[in-house]
Amino acid sequence: MKIYADNAATTKMSRDAIDAMIPYMEEIYGNPSSLYEIGQIAKESLENARARVAKVLNCEPREIYFTSGGSEADNQAIISAAKIGERKGKKHIISTKFEHHAVLHTLNKLEKEGFEITLLDVHSNGVVTAKQVEDAIREDTALVTIMYANNEIGTVQPIEEIGKVCREKNVFFHTDAVQAIGHVPVDVQKDNIDMLSLSAHKFHGPKGVGVLYAKKNIFLSNIIEGGAQERGKRAGTENLPGIMGMTVALEKAVANLDNYTVKLLPLRDKLIAGLDKISYSELNGDRDARVPGTVNFCFEGIEGESLLLLLDDKGISASSGSACTSGSLDPSHVLLAIGRPHEVAHGSLRLSLGEDTTEEEIDYIIKSVSEVVDYLRNMSPFWRDLVNGKRPHVFAE
Amino acid sequence: MALYSEKVMDHFRNPRNVGVIEDADGVGEVGNPVCGDIMKIYLKINDAKVIEDVKFETFGCGSAIASSSMATELIKGQPLEEALKLTNKAVTEALDGLPAHKLHCSVLAEEAIKKAVKDYYDKNGIEYDPADFPEDHDCEHCHVH
Ligand SMILES: Cc1ncc(COP(=O)(O)O)c(C=O)c1O
Repeated sequence: MKIYADNAATTKMSRDAIDAMIPYMEEIYGNPSSLYEIGQIAKESLENARARVAKVLNCEPREIYFTSGGSEADNQAIISAAKIGERKGKKHIISTKFEHHAVLHTLNKLEKEGFEITLLDVHSNGVVTAKQVEDAIREDTALVTIMYANNEIGTVQPIEEIGKVCREKNVFFHTDAVQAIGHVPVDVQKDNIDMLSLSAHKFHGPKGVGVLYAKKNIFLSNIIEGGAQERGKRAGTENLPGIMGMTVALEKAVANLDNYTVKLLPLRDKLIAGLDKISYSELNGDRDARVPGTVNFCFEGIEGESLLLLLDDKGISASSGSACTSGSLDPSHVLLAIGRPHEVAHGSLRLSLGEDTTEEEIDYIIKSVSEVVDYLRNMSPFWRDLVNGKRPHVFAE
Repeated sequence: MALYSEKVMDHFRNPRNVGVIEDADGVGEVGNPVCGDIMKIYLKINDAKVIEDVKFETFGCGSAIASSSMATELIKGQPLEEALKLTNKAVTEALDGLPAHKLHCSVLAEEAIKKAVKDYYDKNGIEYDPADFPEDHDCEHCHVH
């Protein structure tokens, strides 16, 4: 059996999205900035896509900027708000400890440039509250940036409430909604969002294309300088095939959201219940405040990379927050942020389901993970010490 | 997976000498759970100072398990003197290489063996030059403490 359970990393493109791209490579390949016919048709398609994306997010077309993906949108949103703040003498930014690196590394850069960054703690259930945000906002706060849904553990944040607090305090609010769009309802008006990032490859669109939504009163700073594309805010000939594929994928994902949720919730909860039966394991993040597809567990006494390799042998593609898989010395900053000790964070597993996931696959995943965890524990001196009481357990049995 | 050589994957999937020797003559454990890898080597040593049997237990990534497996294969049946000459480089080479950020796994394997031999020397009152053995460090390869 081959099971792709890493949809939070990226998704398979939908047929519709691929079909939407092809004419823009074969026929309408003109540059939207050119004045002859295929250039102008391309331009019309681009603006049509912008209007359709705006409709999905519930904003105006001119508030949509096409980017190369989620990372670029995050960078531009944060830097733009920082620059606006700086001009008014506001150099404080609020975020959380478990953001994506596209946000955290941009904030690090700003910190070196003299900004003061407050990274809010994340509760052990993987949620940040509006109250925390309210308490952290100061006179000189230029921006609050908090992700809509976390990419590793899948928890959904109370974005509408956080947005409301920011509106009341007159502070810009950006949210990285890369893991939320197509998984939970998102509406920039209702959710009080000033800026939002999304990325096409997380909802069955192409890689290397995304969107920055920025409310019309926000003056964006360029990350990429050059031509006058995207109203002068993002230079570079537009990735029209990508934008067309993304637009179709976005419309489809959002239109299908109810069906997707109804289908996935029972599968997700079955997976959680099945993995819960493994001794000394624990779900990471709140049981309910989570996207329908993402499940993340820690298992005591084992290390995540060896778990992934053996699951791969069984045909299951998944991911982990262990240091060995993150390519750094520390395990996932997200798991550390929700209070998992290092030794437990090394033994994490993320399974992110998709619309094609079946119940049979869930059964197979539960069985395979249980077998592999058992096998690895049997050769683990760490596990032996836990069993013998030489080291303390972190989780209850 | 292209991350590892076929040799590494073979030793990872079918590790040799996994287990425990209850009445081991020397036991060496290195690494710690915070760093994400622990290796434990058990040696059975006969009167002729030959490693008659060796077993290992490892908590760690694919290359940690493969390095332990390969290291135990390389020293099994060898005189102690030879086992002490085993370097992390030899383990890495025998595995047809490891990715750069995984080299420390082979270092752990070398150190676990040395530590097990030292334990044997200590238990049997055999003199040795402490300089030949790695310092007992908790967390050389990671700095999370
Ligand atoms: C929460 C989050 N933000 C940002 C990104 C980056 O998006 P992209 O790969 O399109 O740059 C990702 C995806 O890896 C993500 O999960």
